[in-house]
Amino acid sequence: MIKQIVFIACLALTLVVFIYSAWRLYRFYKLTRPYRFGRLAKRLVVMTEVAFFQTKIFRRPVIGFLHALVFWGFCVIAIGSIEMVIDGVFGYDRIFSAWGWVYDMITASGDVFALLVLLAIVVFLFRRLFLNIKRFHGVEMKKKSHQDANVALSLILLLMISLLGMNVFYLTSCMHSGIAPEGTYPVSTHLATIMGGGEEDHLLMEVFWWMHILLIFLFANILPYSKHFHVFMSIPNVFFSRLEPLGKLPLMEDVLKEVKMMMNPETAFSAAPEGEQAPARFGVKDVEDVNRKNYLDALACTECGRCTSVCPANLTGKKLSPRKIFMDLRARMKEKGPGLLKQGKEYQDGKSLLGDYISCEELWACTTCNACAQECPVNINHPTLIIEMRRNMVMEDACAPSGIKSIFANIENNGAPWQFSPADRMKWAE
Amino acid sequence: MNQENTSKLDVPVMADIFARGEKPEYLYWVGCAGAFDDRYRKVARAFTGIMNYLKVNYAVLGSEESCTGDPARRAGNEMLFQMQALSNIETFTRYEVKKILTTCPHCYNIFKNEYPDLGGRYEVIHYTNFLKEMISSGSITFKDDTYRNAMITYHDPCYLGRANGEYEPARRIIDALSGGRVEMERNRSFALCCGAGGAQMFKEAEPGDKEIFIERTEEALKTGAGVVATSCPFCMVMMTDGLKYKNKEEEIFNLDIAELVFRAMGL
Repeated sequence: MIKQIVFIACLALTLVVFIYSAWRLYRFYKLTRPYRFGRLAKRLVVMTEVAFFQTKIFRRPVIGFLHALVFWGFCVIAIGSIEMVIDGVFGYDRIFSAWGWVYDMITASGDVFALLVLLAIVVFLFRRLFLNIKRFHGVEMKKKSHQDANVALSLILLLMISLLGMNVFYLTSCMHSGIAPEGTYPVSTHLATIMGGGEEDHLLMEVFWWMHILLIFLFANILPYSKHFHVFMSIPNVFFSRLEPLGKLPLMEDVLKEVKMMMNPETAFSAAPEGEQAPARFGVKDVEDVNRKNYLDALACTECGRCTSVCPANLTGKKLSPRKIFMDLRARMKEKGPGLLKQGKEYQDGKSLLGDYISCEELWACTTCNACAQECPVNINHPTLIIEMRRNMVMEDACAPSGIKSIFANIENNGAPWQFSPADRMKWAE
Repeated sequence: MNQENTSKLDVPVMADIFARGEKPEYLYWVGCAGAFDDRYRKVARAFTGIMNYLKVNYAVLGSEESCTGDPARRAGNEMLFQMQALSNIETFTRYEVKKILTTCPHCYNIFKNEYPDLGGRYEVIHYTNFLKEMISSGSITFKDDTYRNAMITYHDPCYLGRANGEYEPARRIIDALSGGRVEMERNRSFALCCGAGGAQMFKEAEPGDKEIFIERTEEALKTGAGVVATSCPFCMVMMTDGLKYKNKEEEIFNLDIAELVFRAMGL
């Protein structure tokens, strides 16, 4: 009974803190511009492929496979965690064991995956701590990023150790008291046989049980404040992927209205109709200008750096790093979001995403080659946001390199980026 | 390996054809590079040579052609892009255009993916796909053995590859006419950009420790291929510059897929 009360108190605290954190991010999310999405069936297919079958992470086969093991392990082990929560709240003992062979499947795969995940995490930690992997570094990778990664990996390691400990001592305590255990545990059985049963094993199982579930509660509440919020956001982010071909940019409909008026001789010189206003802002200058998907992208990013590692500009020493764009967006929202929530959309703090966080130089280095978007395992789309910021630079501030200004002038004057007359357009055939 | 064909080409112009009351099946969109870039003009000539040989029913817009708006749009000037697009769509409507053939992947991408948002819907065909079809249907046969012993590497243009998922047509063509195709380390969806996209072609690169086109050229040189094949005018500028920078332009040739086909057909 006391165990139940303590458990319910811990669970309630976990949920309250988690809901608060999620609600806070949801309010930030609502500050951004709406994002239209349809084609549900297609989205489910993409989500199945990219999220559940991990197709994009396999673009790097070895390390991708290890990540896939961790992901699939999480999915399987989560069923066991749900059982633990039900047991804890209602005082049951292995409620799902009534399912017979299904329970054997669940426990067996959970037990095997616990070991596989543990081994994968050891490799990940080793890579982070002892190997100098280039994509884990860069100007945007501050101390917090490395800490986040090491804390998350260590917690997962402890989660797997506690899960295996729980299974092993469950088996040894069953051996000691001569009861047949519920479920099947291919890995823990070996460890249990070596160790044999003992008097205090039931207590040790309880200790590992509490350790495992409390670590889950702690982990869930650290995530919203770390880059590993990825754990919650990556599947929804893949679901809301841009489904258009990578080469397609979104149309600015506000601009279309103006262009159509300009091009129509009847309306070209008349005043805008009543109630029609020029858009308040062209493109993206600050966090309130991005769309919901851009912000989801920022929350789903776990800073793996695959985008930056394939960026031609970054590879050749330019300042652009696609990963930084989304880390900046997330950080800027954290800075400006609370003010926007308190004082409304008019709130200004004298800074902006474009300018104070991301420089013109970074944005002008992009070749729009889409290597970053192609590589991202959770379908973050970097080039569309980069272009939105270029739109702001060009259409509001006219901050553009001289070469760019001259192609605009040439296209306007003679219909080609170079200064050649349209009359000469057939010379190539002569 | 790269002899000039300098005679005047017979290229049908849309306005003339239309005045005769005829409607060509295809609009061949030459693009700014085909019209104005000295090196790429040869590619436009090779492709029209092939079309003329095949008696394709096509026409070009000539002086009525104007920028698609791609570099303006990718440089952030949405207004200029939309004006260019709407006025091109007007031209297409006037000539009842239904099918567009392009050699430039940037023009291909913008017609195929972005003009529909402004009401311009066409069947857009990149010439690599067109030529591949002509080879597999037997309309194009190769009589000339120039490339039979050549090793060719192919540089994927971003706007054909990642942007539109088209990696194979150019490779099938190379396989059909050459002694062998050798891939660069980064190929297909992993291919490294030449550095020209997103309006980079028209500006100085930002400060860094290397030019992107040099990085890509080095990768192409590593394959040991004698020909670097491209299918984009801007990739051609970049790769040709890269070969010159490495002093390899005498031994290793940057040729367009259309030039390879033209020569191998014995035209």
